[in-house]
Amino acid sequence: MNKYKENFMRIIFSITAAISIAAVILISFFLFYRGFPGMSKIGVFNFIAGTRWRPNEGVYGIFPMILGSLYVTAGALVIGVPVGLLSAIFFAKFCPPKLYKILKPAVELLAGIPSIVYGFFGLVVIVPAVMNTFDLASGQTMLAGSLLLGIMIIPTITTVSEAAIRAVPETYYEGALALGATHEQSVFKTVVPAAKSGILAGIVLGIGRAIGETTAVLMVVGNQQRMPKGILKGLSTLTTNIVLEMGYATDLHREALLATAVVLFVFILLINLSFSVLKKGSKIK
Amino acid sequence: MKTDKSTQSKGKSKIRIGSILMRLSVFIAASITVIALLFIIGYILINGIPHLKPSLFAREYTSENVSLVPALINTLIVVFFTLLIAVPLGVGAAIYLVEYSNNKGKLATIARTTAETLSGIPSIVFGLFGMLMFVEFFGWGYSLLAGIFTLSILILPLIMRTAEEALKAVPVPYREGSFALGAGKLRTIFKVVLPAAKPGIISGIILAIGRIVGETAALIYTSGIVANVPKNLLGSGRTLALHMFALSSEALHMNEASATAVVLIVLVLFINWLSKYATKDRKVK
Repeated sequence: MNKYKENFMRIIFSITAAISIAAVILISFFLFYRGFPGMSKIGVFNFIAGTRWRPNEGVYGIFPMILGSLYVTAGALVIGVPVGLLSAIFFAKFCPPKLYKILKPAVELLAGIPSIVYGFFGLVVIVPAVMNTFDLASGQTMLAGSLLLGIMIIPTITTVSEAAIRAVPETYYEGALALGATHEQSVFKTVVPAAKSGILAGIVLGIGRAIGETTAVLMVVGNQQRMPKGILKGLSTLTTNIVLEMGYATDLHREALLATAVVLFVFILLINLSFSVLKKGSKIK
Repeated sequence: MKTDKSTQSKGKSKIRIGSILMRLSVFIAASITVIALLFIIGYILINGIPHLKPSLFAREYTSENVSLVPALINTLIVVFFTLLIAVPLGVGAAIYLVEYSNNKGKLATIARTTAETLSGIPSIVFGLFGMLMFVEFFGWGYSLLAGIFTLSILILPLIMRTAEEALKAVPVPYREGSFALGAGKLRTIFKVVLPAAKPGIISGIILAIGRIVGETAALIYTSGIVANVPKNLLGSGRTLALHMFALSSEALHMNEASATAVVLIVLVLFINWLSKYATKDRKVK
């Protein structure tokens, strides 16, 4: 009797473990199954490399949105990587323990603020600030998007980089000190380079966050569906385009949006893959 | 660094300047991170609190009072049912990974990889998947139920990972002691291991609540954005974050949106504090 119960529960637990596998399979199936028809009707090349998105003319090219996503993300990295990485170095090697107890939760909190609150903040603070600084008609620009995303990815980069820096054996640091290097030199020239692959993993994770972010970006980039024209002009990203039009799109337009999601999904899978490869190379658990 | 004797003293002062610059840069970066957080939270609170009017807390939503109470109730409903689904599945999967598979075996490896994949997928992709599967394929329509199932998959990896860490942190002698006293595997898990891992599991659940409360992109096309509390789970209803999203994208009720932001951020701060409190007496590293 007891043995049956043991075996029964063992099977139950293995089923729960299989749920995440089933989830990934179902997500991939539904996205590809519903996304491919649109892509094949439009033509894969026309769809991905097409520079015009005009649903009312039946023209669906998502190249502007691909560029939009990449540009905004690149801009976010310019802000997020230096600040996030240097903060991580501070937390791991410069921060007094007492201060750490206060500051570390602050970084976690930064990660916990909902996207919509970030978006709202961007809309009422960053957008007007960009507009006034550069004397523009509208502050909803690539710059506003990059600034906001830059702040949003700081906690991701900081957390992963800090773990990577802490995973470097203390002997590296001590060895550098013994050779006459200062504390700063030892940290910057031996410890941080040794943590390179973990830091890269953090940056890649940040890229994934930035490309996948929807709500916050939607509110600040202006959503103009044309080729990006510069950092002080509005643009549209893969995610914002899906969210904005899915509500009313029908037929081929809708299929084109689902195909956009497939492109986004593939992007994310590639990014995840390089993240886990990099993570394996570092000693982060 | 120069090794030439004549330039040695010059080199030394260069080293000093270099070290000071390095030190300065990490201080500045950490300050930027903390100031960004304080500024965002401070701005939201200071600008939102004056708009917290009693009419915002009316029982029913009308286009005049823009009450947030129905959205708050919807949020509670969604949190409750999402946890009801995701917690048993996530903890069960963690039990399988730690207690049964010994971190080896095909199922465990694949489950862990897919969970990691899931955690990297952006909310909007979950949202579209939920729309395709629950809203359309299952025919539930825009409904709280579709939102709940979508969010269950979204938070599953988070619950799984935190529960796994908590279970792993339970010392092996606990289990051995229980076996030595004649308890079976199942009894050991439920009476010895799970109670010891409880604080860690609970803090993971609280983090998941934070995720649910802040989620927008995964809910727009699953739960829909009806502003009142539906009669049952098959009706559409928006959560607080979605309510705020709707208000700020309509741009008619910016004051109400900023007041809603206050409620949302206070909720997030409270949840964050709660997760710290839950882990306080935890021995897990």
